[in-house]
Amino acid sequence: MAKDIGTSPDEVQFRFRDDEPVDHGTVTVDACCDQTNATAVRIEPGDDARLLLPFLDRLALVEVNFPSFGDGRGYSAARILREAGYTGELRAVGQVLIDQLSHMRRCGFDSFAPDKRLDEDDAARAFATWVNVYQRAADRRATIADKRHEA
Amino acid sequence: MYKYDQYDQAMVDARVEEFRDQARRRLEGKLTEDQFKPLRLMNGLYLQLHAYMLRVAIPYGTLNARQMEALADIAEKYDRGYGHFTTRQNIQYNWIKLEDAADILADLSKVEMHAIQTSGNCIRNISADHFAGAAADEVVDPRPYAELMRQWSSFHPEFTYLPRKFKIAVIGSETDRAAMRLHDIGIRIVKRDGEVGAQFYAGGGMGRTPMIAPLIRDFVPLDQLITYAEACLRVYNRYGRRDNKYKARIKILVHELGAAEYTRQVEEEFAHMLSVGVEPPLEELARIAAHFELPEPLRRPGPRAGTPLTPERIKNIGVPGQARDGGFEAWALNNTHPHRHPDYVSAVISLKPAGGIPGDATSEQMRVVAKLARHYSFDELRVMHTQNLLLPHVAIADLPALWQALDAAGLGSPNMDTIEDIIACPGLDYCSLANARSIPLAQRISERFAASGRTEVVGELKLKISGCINACGHHHAGHIGILGVDKKGKENFQLSLGGSEAEDVSLAKITGPGFDEDGVIAAVEKVTDVYLATRADGERFLDTYRRIGMEPFKEALYG
Repeated sequence: MAKDIGTSPDEVQFRFRDDEPVDHGTVTVDACCDQTNATAVRIEPGDDARLLLPFLDRLALVEVNFPSFGDGRGYSAARILREAGYTGELRAVGQVLIDQLSHMRRCGFDSFAPDKRLDEDDAARAFATWVNVYQRAADRRATIADKRHEA
Repeated sequence: MYKYDQYDQAMVDARVEEFRDQARRRLEGKLTEDQFKPLRLMNGLYLQLHAYMLRVAIPYGTLNARQMEALADIAEKYDRGYGHFTTRQNIQYNWIKLEDAADILADLSKVEMHAIQTSGNCIRNISADHFAGAAADEVVDPRPYAELMRQWSSFHPEFTYLPRKFKIAVIGSETDRAAMRLHDIGIRIVKRDGEVGAQFYAGGGMGRTPMIAPLIRDFVPLDQLITYAEACLRVYNRYGRRDNKYKARIKILVHELGAAEYTRQVEEEFAHMLSVGVEPPLEELARIAAHFELPEPLRRPGPRAGTPLTPERIKNIGVPGQARDGGFEAWALNNTHPHRHPDYVSAVISLKPAGGIPGDATSEQMRVVAKLARHYSFDELRVMHTQNLLLPHVAIADLPALWQALDAAGLGSPNMDTIEDIIACPGLDYCSLANARSIPLAQRISERFAASGRTEVVGELKLKISGCINACGHHHAGHIGILGVDKKGKENFQLSLGGSEAEDVSLAKITGPGFDEDGVIAAVEKVTDVYLATRADGERFLDTYRRIGMEPFKEALYG
């Protein structure tokens, strides 16, 4: 049995889902690929998120770890999973900072377990920073270009 | 020129507020300096040797008179009355106070400007051919594509914490005036059988490990441009090295994987991205392109392309027989570029007076240039990567009056692409990374060649000086390059020859052991001696070097 890793539901500070959070530990990407029953997995920066694509149906939680806030590989991992149709919880964990919340949200993260709790007011402001957006991303928001050319 | 709509304006305004909030949280201690650093960098704010430096974006180097005047005001209000135009077609202020930064950004936003992503490990301000929309040899105006990419790359949610900075240049001619293949991604807009598309080069760059970008795709259809760029960036974001800052640029990834393997991975990602649908609607490109239509008088007749001005033609400009200062003719010959309309030229405003600091302009000079742009160039100005300014659309008949006004403001040096037109980084006078001072060296060389009258004799010779191996002064791409290094606590200068940032792109090679400051100035004179003694008819310095090779130069320097 793989060792339990990952965050627990009480470490989650922000969550944009209505379902019950998974309340057991996560396994590594390698372990997830080897064992057929894991429902929660944790992606480290060097992991290839695409290895998880065959198992998306059974996964309820994917944690993406940001051991260092300046390492942006997790943003790509998140979008890749959402682009492949993953609809379970996608949790950003580790060095998750105020000024990254809005971009993470756009990349498909819907829960956040920062290793240091964030100021609630600052976070609320951060989530609301961008009323409009230039790019298409995992949040499927209509872009500025879409709005400019609405029939 | 592009004009913001309510959305563009709201994005820039939101950014100003976001930065104000970040600065507040930094002051309240909610952000550590480590956490704040990438945030301030992504708003153009560097900590240099003596003060903060603010780098303001001038997207693809295009701006209008009102914007130039705002830059002049900022220099006066928050700095020491001058600014420094850079090789990325931006402007830097070197004496900024952190507590003023948010107010400066707010001032900028009032004239549709910003400092977004002018630093940091993100997609930087996009540069372009400075003669875009004007050059006689242009196939397609690259600016609409650069603007489309500006919007796409601004606040990109996936690509804000890349392994390292990421620079994109877009051109639309065979001639390369933007050092396109020395960028992380270089794009040439091309026409094939009447269809417009984009050629993509990836993995070029200067710095410690200079590389020329290989072609990775010969034709990307216009309705897939952003998708292809997104695929290039995603492969880099996922696999670019993060273990070593000095090996983190995309050039190292492309080099280590090999261009073929990088391309294969991009193509695979691209195929996937096409199915996701990230491309903006094609009408958006049409909307943007409409902003860049030529001013009405330039559309008719023709336009038939112009040809370079000849001395005979220059003599006949304006009132026949009118007495004229000799300086005008040299300037008109040297500092103009053929326009797509035969009655117009683009006029280059040198920021390289002999003995001056390359790229610096005072507030007063900026205001003069703004006024001249209004009067003579349909309210349009450009910043060149050579750290000069230019007026893109000037009627040939107006050149004498324009030159007089420029000359009076100390902006009339007739030295475009000559040895006085030196690119130099800020060097040890400002920069905390530098090993040597670049500015005094540039000043002494330009002074020396101007005084001896040799500048004109030597003709086209691109001299580029960097004060450290990060190569901000593009020394790898200089016909003559000078690199300042630290040798046992003393400034030492390595000389290199044979570089080019143009369509004949090449990397300069080191001549041999370095020199002290006096020594390197003498060495530059010696290599020009070799050139003058050996050149064949019509050969530029670079052509002669390529024909005869390094040996004769080495012999003169060290023999």
